[in-house]
Amino acid sequence: MELYLQSISVLNYFRNKIYKNNYLIMKILICISKTPDTTSKIAFTDNNSKFSTDGVQWIINPYDEWYALVRAIEIKEAYPSTVLHLVNVGGVESEPIIRKALALGGEEAIRVNSDVADSFYVASQIAHIAKEGYYDLIFTGKETIDYNGSSIGGMIAEFLDIPFISHAVKFDISDGNALVVREIEGGEEIDSAPFPLVVSCQKGMAEQRIPNMKGIMGSRTKPLKVVEPIEISPLTSVVSFDLPPAKAGVKLVSADHPEELVRLLNEEAKAI
Amino acid sequence: MSVLIFIDIAEGKIKKASFEAASYGAEIAQQLGTSASAIVLGKSDELSTLGNYGISKVYNLSNESLHHFDAQVFTKLIADANETIGANVFVFSNTTTGKSIAPRLSVRLKAGLVSGAVDLPDTTNGFVVKKSVFSGKAFAHIAINSEIKIIALNPNSISVIKTEGVAEIVDLNLEIPTAKIAVQAVNKIIGDVPLSEADIVVSGGRGLKGPENWGIVTDLAKLLGAATACSRPVSDIHWRPHHEHVGQTGLAIAPNLYIAIGISGAIQHLAGVNRSKTIVVINKDPEAPFFKAADYGIVGDAFEVVPKMIDAIKKLKESV
Ligand SMILES: Cc1cc2nc3c(=O)[nH]c(=O)nc-3n(C[C@H](O)[C@H](O)[C@H](O)COP(=O)(O)OP(=O)(O)OC[C@H]3O[C@@H](n4cnc5c(N)ncnc54)[C@H](O)[C@@H]3O)c2cc1C
Ligand SMILES: Nc1ncnc2c1ncn2[C@@H]1O[C@H](COP(=O)(O)O)[C@@H](O)[C@H]1O
Repeated sequence: MELYLQSISVLNYFRNKIYKNNYLIMKILICISKTPDTTSKIAFTDNNSKFSTDGVQWIINPYDEWYALVRAIEIKEAYPSTVLHLVNVGGVESEPIIRKALALGGEEAIRVNSDVADSFYVASQIAHIAKEGYYDLIFTGKETIDYNGSSIGGMIAEFLDIPFISHAVKFDISDGNALVVREIEGGEEIDSAPFPLVVSCQKGMAEQRIPNMKGIMGSRTKPLKVVEPIEISPLTSVVSFDLPPAKAGVKLVSADHPEELVRLLNEEAKAI
Repeated sequence: MSVLIFIDIAEGKIKKASFEAASYGAEIAQQLGTSASAIVLGKSDELSTLGNYGISKVYNLSNESLHHFDAQVFTKLIADANETIGANVFVFSNTTTGKSIAPRLSVRLKAGLVSGAVDLPDTTNGFVVKKSVFSGKAFAHIAINSEIKIIALNPNSISVIKTEGVAEIVDLNLEIPTAKIAVQAVNKIIGDVPLSEADIVVSGGRGLKGPENWGIVTDLAKLLGAATACSRPVSDIHWRPHHEHVGQTGLAIAPNLYIAIGISGAIQHLAGVNRSKTIVVINKDPEAPFFKAADYGIVGDAFEVVPKMIDAIKKLKESV
């Protein structure tokens, strides 16, 4: 244990040393999930217990792609010795989105070959990969746009006993520490934290990019490692889904009488 | 067996979403035939008011160093405190704070977590929580199968029940670990109503043609005590700050009233606002998809309609 701690502090020492000469060796793990395209029809099958994937286009979860991945690519552009790895927990049907993430600029991908059981299960798998790979920085999206859990990042951090900063809108490295601006209700908070660290990313971190031809060609030969999951029991399970009741239909008011709308909002909807 | 609710405070004040969480937790406790307590990390003199929301005991650790939030520290303190409290249902509000602590506590206690809950759990057969999924386009009923259960409640999802009651305050005596995260600054957007907590939201889209025309949106908002929001292209082209962007890739909100001005109502926009109780759409195109999701609407030019609305609201306010 002591030796391990010593080697960590030696490593930190070198990291700072190396950083000061403008070479930052940083290993980043970017968590990539697969979600239905934002325009997909939301329908359920098997007695409303499963999401109907009929005709669904799969995309990289926008927060993972536009913000987490692109910001990580920018860090590599600034510090070329950075290493960018991707991780996905999913079946073989995840591979097209993983290839796209590689085409955008990921260098190597790991797919944990498993169905997504629940957040705890997925986070356990990613934490295991992260532990084995000694990553300095783990990026996730703010949330998946299908499950809306916003829980995987915090869970990974707790498994690894390291800090987690959620809802990051800016990320920089300064004096060997992470400098993060995160959005909070009604404002923002500026944090600094040591590595290793988990950060969940949202709008503001970076601008969406489109993969270019060279990236797409190159992605085919980039390593995509498939590993088997560790054994872990999920803590939750889906019982069923349902859709919100349909709206009664819009009540239209003439453009000449906006005061009538105000009256309805006041008397009928009791909203103002 | 009991229910423990995490209460979030800022500058000594209990946040609105936390009162909702308290009331929700108290209802769960009643359902389970047990009591509801709250835990507050930090200093506040509003603690006894929690009694009015069905809380019987408030566990409080008031220490200066807790003024700045660190999820790792908070998680450990909650877990440590629970060694004596012995709660097995935890309630958070699904805010940036709740989203930082609840997942960590889930791992620490091996407790199944449902975030984004919108209703009381069904405890007739197991413990099943209804949550919002697909960005408000559907609901999922999730069973928590672990001994300890954690729920993070979406703000504005339930109605608060007020009771007569006095909460007993119990001081906690816990060792506070050192925070790894250093909070360097907290910048509040001053004067504005925070979007995520607003009862009324007035929102503008590309139909307003340019940032110089936003006066009608901000005037209407000010008059109603509302927060302002916008569609994604509007913030992408920097007509409005990015924190106002609502939708699938922006903030998801659920105010009582959402007024959309010059917004077409694309599916990705709706994903962030369709949990609003009442939706009003003002758009000059009768075919705009937003009308399908609206409760009230006016087909017309925003630059003519909104000023007239403002006048009518002024009159209404004067008459009461
Ligand atoms: C993956 C993905 C994610 C996305 N996420 C989001 C998101 O989170 N939030 C979001 O908002 N969008 C999002 N979008 C974009 C979305 O698809 C729409 O393009 C966007 O919402 C349109 O914005 P808008 O309604 O302001 O503009 P437009 O579509 O240009 O609509 C302007 C509207 O104003 C009306 N109008 C014009 N002049 C007037 C007038 N004088 N008076 C009254 N009405 C007038 C027009 O009839 C029209 O309906 C996303 C898109 C994708 C592909
Ligand atoms: N199956 C998965 N594989 C890899 N990363 C994932 C997976 N599911 C979620 N994530 C990551 O965790 C983030 C938050 O997901 P969630 O907690 O489900 O909302 C996502 O934006 C991804 O970055």
